[in-house]
Amino acid sequence: MDIRVLFLFSVSLLIVNQVSRAEPAEPAGKAAQAVNAPIPVKAFQPPPDEAIPDDEFGNMVRLGRKIFTHTGKYAAEYVGNNQSCVNCHLDAGRLANSAPLWAAWVRYPTYRKKNQMVNTMQERIQGCFRYSMNGTPPPADGETLKALMSYAYWMAEGAPTGVTLPGQGYPKLDKPKLEPDYQRGADVFAHNCALCHGADGEGVRQDDQQVFPPLWGKHAFNWGAGMHRINTAAAFIRANMPLGKGGSLSVQQAWDVAYFVNSHDRPQDPRFEGDLEATKKKFHNHQCRYGDKVGKTVLGRSSK
Amino acid sequence: MKKRAGIYLIFAILTYAAPTLGAPPSGKTLAQQGNGKGAPGCVSCHGDKGQGNPAAGYPYLAGQPESYLLGQLNAFADQTRTSPVMQPFASALSVEEMQAVSAYFAGLPLPDTDSGKSAGDTADAGRRLATQGKWSVGMPACFQCHGDRGQGVAPHFPAISGQPEDYLRNQLEHWRKGARSNDPIGLMQAVVGHLEEADIAAVSRYLSTLSPTKAP
Repeated sequence: MDIRVLFLFSVSLLIVNQVSRAEPAEPAGKAAQAVNAPIPVKAFQPPPDEAIPDDEFGNMVRLGRKIFTHTGKYAAEYVGNNQSCVNCHLDAGRLANSAPLWAAWVRYPTYRKKNQMVNTMQERIQGCFRYSMNGTPPPADGETLKALMSYAYWMAEGAPTGVTLPGQGYPKLDKPKLEPDYQRGADVFAHNCALCHGADGEGVRQDDQQVFPPLWGKHAFNWGAGMHRINTAAAFIRANMPLGKGGSLSVQQAWDVAYFVNSHDRPQDPRFEGDLEATKKKFHNHQCRYGDKVGKTVLGRSSK
Repeated sequence: MKKRAGIYLIFAILTYAAPTLGAPPSGKTLAQQGNGKGAPGCVSCHGDKGQGNPAAGYPYLAGQPESYLLGQLNAFADQTRTSPVMQPFASALSVEEMQAVSAYFAGLPLPDTDSGKSAGDTADAGRRLATQGKWSVGMPACFQCHGDRGQGVAPHFPAISGQPEDYLRNQLEHWRKGARSNDPIGLMQAVVGHLEEADIAAVSRYLSTLSPTKAP
C-alpha cells in the first residue's frame, strides 16, 4: 500500500474515532416529583415490638414475627415461592390500610365467599400459604401457625372484637374514569415500580434473600391469591406503593398498573383440576384476567 | 523519497497511536492519580482502597453499585446533588472517565469499616429507624431497600452501614431540604421528608456504628 494512502486512512480513522467519543453527557436528572404524605387514617395503635413480653408467650410472638417477615426462611417447608407475609402486610403486619393483623384478628371467625364456609383465623392464614405463598398450608396445631396466631393476637391487644376497624384491609378504591389499560399500566410500571420489582416483575434477590418481591412469574403468588384480583391489587398499590410514597399514584394509575401486573402469568390456581374454563367459571367470578388471552398466551393455560 | 516515506511512516504510527495515547487512563489510574485536567485522585480523600475517611467525613466508595457511583458523579456535575468539593472534580471528568472510575470502585470489596463508637443513648431509636422505619410518617426501614445489614442493593441502592456519621446526617438533611434531589422517583426525599432532626441524628449515628460486611 502506498504509504500516503495509509497516512490518509489513519487520519480519517482518527477523526471517526474522536467524533464517536464526543457523545454528550447524560441529560440533567429531572427534579424529583412532589412528595406525598401517607394517607392519614385514625387507626388502632398496636403495641410496639418492645412490649412483647419476656416470657414463653413472648418467645412464641417473636417467632411469629420472624416467620411473618422472613417466611421463606422460618417457615420454609410451607412456602413454594419467594414471597413473605410482610410483602402484602407492610410494617410487619402493623400498618393501617395494608391489611394489618390487628384488624384481621378481631374479624375472625367469619364466613368467606371464597370457600363458602366459616373460616377461623387459622384457616385464613393457611389460605395465605396455599395461594399467596404458593405453598402448603401449615397444620393448625403446628408451631408455624401457633407462632403466627400468637403474633396476631398479641398485636390486637385492646382492640374491640367483631368490629371492622378503620385501616382494615386495603381501602376500597373508586372506580377508574377509564377502563384499566395494559399499555398505560406498563408505563406506570416502568416509571414507578421497575426500580425495585425489576423490568420483568422478577423482584430482587441478593445473598439468598428476597429484597423486593416478584410480582409475576414462577416465584410470585399464584392464580388463587387475593392479589391476582385487579381491584385488590389496585387498592393495595394506591395506598402503599411505591414503598414510602403511598398515595402518590392517581386512582387511574393504580388501576392501570394493577391491570398490567395481573396480565402476566403466574403459578397455577391450586384448585385447578385440568380444565381452565371450568376453574375460571367456578372460582374466578371477579375482576381478574385468569383465562384471558394476552398477546398469544391464554393466562393460566400453561401455569404449573 | 526514502526519507519522505520515513516521515509518512512516523506520522502514520503517531496517528494510529494517538487514540491510545488520548484514551482516558484506566479507572485505577484515575482513582489514584486523577486525570490531570482538574480531577485529582479520588483516593486522596476516599482512601487508598476506597474505604473512606471517617474522621474527615468522606464516604467509602469501594463496593458501591457501579451505576450508583456513576449516577452520583453525573449528579455532582449537574448539581442535582450539591457538593462544592465534588462539583468541580466531577465536572472535570469525561463521560468515559466517570464510567471507568465508577467501575473501578464498584469492583473493590466493601470495606469492613465502622465508626468504632457506641451509638449511645439514641441506639434504640436509631436501630428502630434502620430496621423497622417510622411508619407513622410513612417511612419504611432503611434496610428494607438498602439491604438487611445496610450493605446496598444493586443497582440503585447504595451501602449505608459504616459510612461516616457526619456524611450520613448531611445527606439525610440534604434530602430533607432539597439540596440533593437525584434520587430515583424521589424516594429518599419522600421517606426523609417527614423525619425530625433527632430521627436523622439517631439513625445516622446508629448506621455509622455498623459494618456493611457484618450482620448488625
